[in-house]
Amino acid sequence: MVEFALPKNSRVRTGKTWPKPEGATNVRAFRIYRWNPDDGKNPSVDTYFLDMDKCGPMVLDALIKIKNEIDPTLTFRRSCREGICGSCAMNIDGINTLACIYGLDEVKGDVKIYPLPHMPVVKDLIPDLTHFYAQHASIMPWLETKTNRPAKEWKQSIEDRKKLDGLYECVMCASCSTSCPSYWWNGDRYLGPAALLHAYRWIIDSRDEATGERLDELEDPFKLYRCHTIMNCTKTCPKGLNPAKAIAEIKKMMVERVV
Amino acid sequence: MADVNRGNRPLSPHLTIYRLPITAITSILVRITGNALLISAALVVWWLLAAATSESYFDLANAVITSFLGDLVMLLSLLGLWYHTLGGIRHLIWDQIIALENVPAEKMSWAMLIGSVVLTALTVVLV
Repeated sequence: MVEFALPKNSRVRTGKTWPKPEGATNVRAFRIYRWNPDDGKNPSVDTYFLDMDKCGPMVLDALIKIKNEIDPTLTFRRSCREGICGSCAMNIDGINTLACIYGLDEVKGDVKIYPLPHMPVVKDLIPDLTHFYAQHASIMPWLETKTNRPAKEWKQSIEDRKKLDGLYECVMCASCSTSCPSYWWNGDRYLGPAALLHAYRWIIDSRDEATGERLDELEDPFKLYRCHTIMNCTKTCPKGLNPAKAIAEIKKMMVERVV
Repeated sequence: MADVNRGNRPLSPHLTIYRLPITAITSILVRITGNALLISAALVVWWLLAAATSESYFDLANAVITSFLGDLVMLLSLLGLWYHTLGGIRHLIWDQIIALENVPAEKMSWAMLIGSVVLTALTVVLV
């Protein structure tokens, strides 16, 4: 359902402003969403100041510096620091991206950081992705075959393998799905761009033998057709993939198999 | 659906913090113009019904629709109609998996915005 206003317990207060670093000449403000499950208060936006002459180039560098030197309670997910694990997806300067590969020089003015939009918050910048992962599991993200297992391996031509380029690179960071207004309003039933891109990745795989069943599963007013080609997903994907196109390909296959 | 709200978890901010790209703005405008045009269509139907009812009733309806406010509503409806039409054409193009990339999609969005104004002006001048 479309609900523009946040629920009462989710409205954001002005939070704490932390002291500026002493003797620094190149200071930058970071406005970061905070929510602590243990204090019973509403979320807030805290302001931190960093000496940019002593900070790495990426948004994740700044977050780690804040956690190390100013406020150890600041909580966020991170792991690989090179855009391959998808852990540090968050809303930076109004778009969803990976903090580790988003440069601080790409942000104008204060750096505003929020968790991925329209998600239940576990703590600070950590959203609960349980439902998102369940939706991914629901599209059967594995090779489904009916013919007997070959002696060695399921073979694929070079051309057929090429069809998976731009699809297999997805790291499931959830940036696209949580950028999508349709997913905001109907995320309980609409699968969202990430799960649908994965669905297409298996539909188009020449070795998969469950294409019909996969399309049957998606033939639903919500699962697939809540996509209205808003294109937020493609615009925001930190890996430069195109979920909107993958979804359009599925819609096209749906039509092609009945005409 | 999994229980994702253990411990009264807040919902993270969305519309108020997201920097919507031009494709998203033009997309929601398609829906807004589509709904607004229902009202315009009802006005036109009312005008036709009035014409079929009686001369005095038609004079009243006609006066309302051709008044300054009526003209303004009809002009905006025309703009909405052109915009919505261009939005429909954009969807037809996208359905062929054409221009479904960031840059062409953004260009088409600007073309819709500018195109609808130009077409409205042309309609006013020519008709």
